[in-house]
Amino acid sequence: MRDIINPRLFRTLLPAVSLAILLAAIFYIQPRAMSYFGLNLMLNLAIPIALATIAQMFILCVNDLDLSIGSYVSLMACIAATLLQETPLLGILAIAGCIAVYAALGALIQLRNLPSIVVTLGMSFVWLGIAVMLLPTPGGEAPGWIRSLMTLKPAYVPFPIIASIVIALVVHIALMKSSYGVVLRGAGGNARAVERSGWSMVRIKATMFALAGFFGALSGIALVGLTTSADANIALRYTLLSIAGVILGGGEFVGGRVSPIGAVIGAITLTLTGSFLSFLRLNPDWQIGAQGAILIIVLALRVLINRLEARK
Amino acid sequence: MIAAIFRLPWFWSWFGAVLMVVAIIAVSGGAAGAGVVSAALLFGSFFVIVAIGQMLVITTGPGNVDLSIPSSMTLVATVAMKVMDGSDGMILVGLLLALVLGILIGSANYLVIRLLNIPPIIATLSTSFIYQSLAIWYNRGLRIKPPEALGDFATGKILGLPYLAIATIMLAAIMHVVLRRTVYGQSVLAIGQNARAARLAGINVNRVRYLTYTLCAVFSAICGFFLAAFSGGAALNMGEEYLLASIAVVVIGGTSVAGGFSNVPGLWGAALFMFLLVTMLNTFGLGAGPRLILTGLIIIGVILAASGRDR
Repeated sequence: MRDIINPRLFRTLLPAVSLAILLAAIFYIQPRAMSYFGLNLMLNLAIPIALATIAQMFILCVNDLDLSIGSYVSLMACIAATLLQETPLLGILAIAGCIAVYAALGALIQLRNLPSIVVTLGMSFVWLGIAVMLLPTPGGEAPGWIRSLMTLKPAYVPFPIIASIVIALVVHIALMKSSYGVVLRGAGGNARAVERSGWSMVRIKATMFALAGFFGALSGIALVGLTTSADANIALRYTLLSIAGVILGGGEFVGGRVSPIGAVIGAITLTLTGSFLSFLRLNPDWQIGAQGAILIIVLALRVLINRLEARK
Repeated sequence: MIAAIFRLPWFWSWFGAVLMVVAIIAVSGGAAGAGVVSAALLFGSFFVIVAIGQMLVITTGPGNVDLSIPSSMTLVATVAMKVMDGSDGMILVGLLLALVLGILIGSANYLVIRLLNIPPIIATLSTSFIYQSLAIWYNRGLRIKPPEALGDFATGKILGLPYLAIATIMLAAIMHVVLRRTVYGQSVLAIGQNARAARLAGINVNRVRYLTYTLCAVFSAICGFFLAAFSGGAALNMGEEYLLASIAVVVIGGTSVAGGFSNVPGLWGAALFMFLLVTMLNTFGLGAGPRLILTGLIIIGVILAASGRDR
């Protein structure tokens, strides 16, 4: 038996297997969910969460942690529902400015060797403050083009599935297959080695943080397209969800070991937990708890697989 | 001599706190100043109680942060308030229950960290989700008033000094001595400086880390218990601001985020500073937005300044 199941292969497949089991359970309890409409409804909110998870993944990849991504996504949603809707040029400039701030933070963290937890903790207050000034009360309106993009109804395959696959593949090719992507990930594995071979760590960190800022912006815009209006607290829970998503998707906390496809799968799994509980007619109170439990179970399975591998 | 004072880890947080008091008195007069200081001591107490626990955890080295503080606070407060059900005779039972729950939560946290062999941030993140759900499920949206005597204690003062502040100052003094003078305290510092060396020196690293996470959860439990008593009952979002606040107070107070170096007096300075800063910005009539932005920038400014400081 032990020879048939290759532990390493199983570990790579673990995120997908967890998702498949969850989906199978949902379809078993509620067969009607297995339809175009059902999938669309269940997976809609997975798109912004997947984008935020990808953003967090870039940060985790260089051994940092972003505690501000939730309030950043909220701010992006607020900008999309106000500036981007009223004066598109100003909106785009504002978003670009925020991405630039992210890049500067990455450079600053590297230059002064600052703990990213504290810096992003401080930034979470800043983003939230700007969002509150922009939208003191919930409101605003999603620009029409975002709204129509997020409510697309392509034939046969629901939009959230297409979007998830596109996000996962694009990031996978860019980060896992390109030569610069290897350097970026290498910076998380062994920063000194990467630096010795002539790459600038400051530039690498700035790039990774800018990428996180970019995907955080996409997340906020996608979220507004779904909710049609925004408020300053709309995505605060994304901070913890995104970390959980990366880890669930097979990412490691240190060493630049991440997986974009896994991260998207992790985000979808976390989103589906809510639907699963409501199909079980369990109290929605347990949704957060179930997300925590799934995280612990998957991590426990990973430990088991690692043990199996070590024994070989 | 002066340069030596500047280099004290707790100096800047206390300097900031005093500066805030001066600014507030300058704007609204001495009488208002006295009231503000009394309020700062009370609210600062809640910050300090959780921050002591978070400080111990952070001191044990990089990657050690307890993210479950807010949900532990909420869960313990909810359960304790419901069990006491407003009766004065049950206060002792409620407090004991809170402490036992704290020990259980800390043990659960460390169990997950050890068994799954994962970074404490992820472990406490996962468990915090579960505690939060438990609190929501147990609470059912009810808000049970704390026993009257307990409420009186939590809001009571003697000569303008809140009882809670006096108790917390004593707690901080005890923890200061524990860190400096006991085997446990020195072990925490040693593990934070070099876990491998600490292990080779014969320190039982696992036991010390277990104790640290348990202490942190117990302090969260105490804070949640008294915060609920103070604010007239447990609310599901009562712990929310304490996650970020606990980390911010620890860092501003001069404790090293990289571990191995902690400072208890700085916690009080930082807690007072954080509360007074918000109060001062309020007195200047700033809205919530600018207040949040300034708070964030000051946290980043402090960590920037600290990074230039050689310790």
